[in-house]
Amino acid sequence: MSQREDFVAGVWDTFPTLPANIPFGFVVGAAAVQAGFSGVQIVAMSATVFGGASQLAAIDLLASNAPLAVVALTAVVVNLRYTMYSAAIAPHFRRLSERWRLVCAQFLLDTTFAISVTEFERNEDTDRLAYYLGTAAAVYVTYLAGTVAGVVFGDRMPGGLQLDFAVPLLFLALLVPSISDEPTAVAATVGGFVAVVAVGAPMNLGIIVAGLSGVTAAVLVSEMGVGQ
Amino acid sequence: MSLWLVVLAAAAGTYALRVSFIALLGRLDDVPPRVERVLSYVPPAVLAALVLPELVLSDAVLAVSLGNDRLLAGAIAAVVAWRTEDMLATVAVGMGVLYALSLVP
Repeated sequence: MSQREDFVAGVWDTFPTLPANIPFGFVVGAAAVQAGFSGVQIVAMSATVFGGASQLAAIDLLASNAPLAVVALTAVVVNLRYTMYSAAIAPHFRRLSERWRLVCAQFLLDTTFAISVTEFERNEDTDRLAYYLGTAAAVYVTYLAGTVAGVVFGDRMPGGLQLDFAVPLLFLALLVPSISDEPTAVAATVGGFVAVVAVGAPMNLGIIVAGLSGVTAAVLVSEMGVGQ
Repeated sequence: MSLWLVVLAAAAGTYALRVSFIALLGRLDDVPPRVERVLSYVPPAVLAALVLPELVLSDAVLAVSLGNDRLLAGAIAAVVAWRTEDMLATVAVGMGVLYALSLVP
């Protein structure tokens, strides 16, 4: 297949995820404006941070007056999972030029990663760059459009729709498949439990502490398993 | 102004995470299996930390009961996520259950 066809295939394969992606951007835009971001700031954040979960965590902390350093740090900690995607997709990007690899990195998130790697493992001949950029373009454009729409129309949505609940549901859809064995189950249990207990933690460090506790507990469990 | 710093710091930090192994693998032959394993514990830990408080807390107070609509909707959505691994179906069913429960007096 030509590069052009592979690009279009990437866009096309990403389609089923877009109905979830657009409201994600919308909720980010709407929540950010309420928390005190300007429209330009939050669209810039969506364009550069480009990660709904981390942006919402940051917006939430900002709204509850957390120190700005904790806000930024939490956003980064929530995105720690991208390091794993980076490791898993890196072999597929080996033959790209350095410059393209640096560009591709910016668009790495749950959907572009999952869809691209599935396709790359199924199909030797797919043009890595063209297909990946197709998935990236589809997610990026719709996410930014969603953010802009959230900024513009966010305050006109009836509150009764409880759209904010779509966000934990999205996380849930990512969380459940990430639990595949004993250590990952321990990571989720400890991470979730600590987050609930630490909800009033000083400086809103709850999510950071919870995430690190979950990972540490999982490492301990898997090390003990190896030692037996 | 300070909000721009937050955006900048979060963006730079996030890009560093994304580019980490993509840039390294030019020099490194493979990701050390130990590193890979530890990294695989990050999504369940962080995602659970984001989800669970939203479900079991109501105004920062523990609310584990049948009267908590979000907990029920989340539990059913979790089953859908497990059976289908479909993002859209999970969100749709979860929102649907939440709306249905809000109609129950």
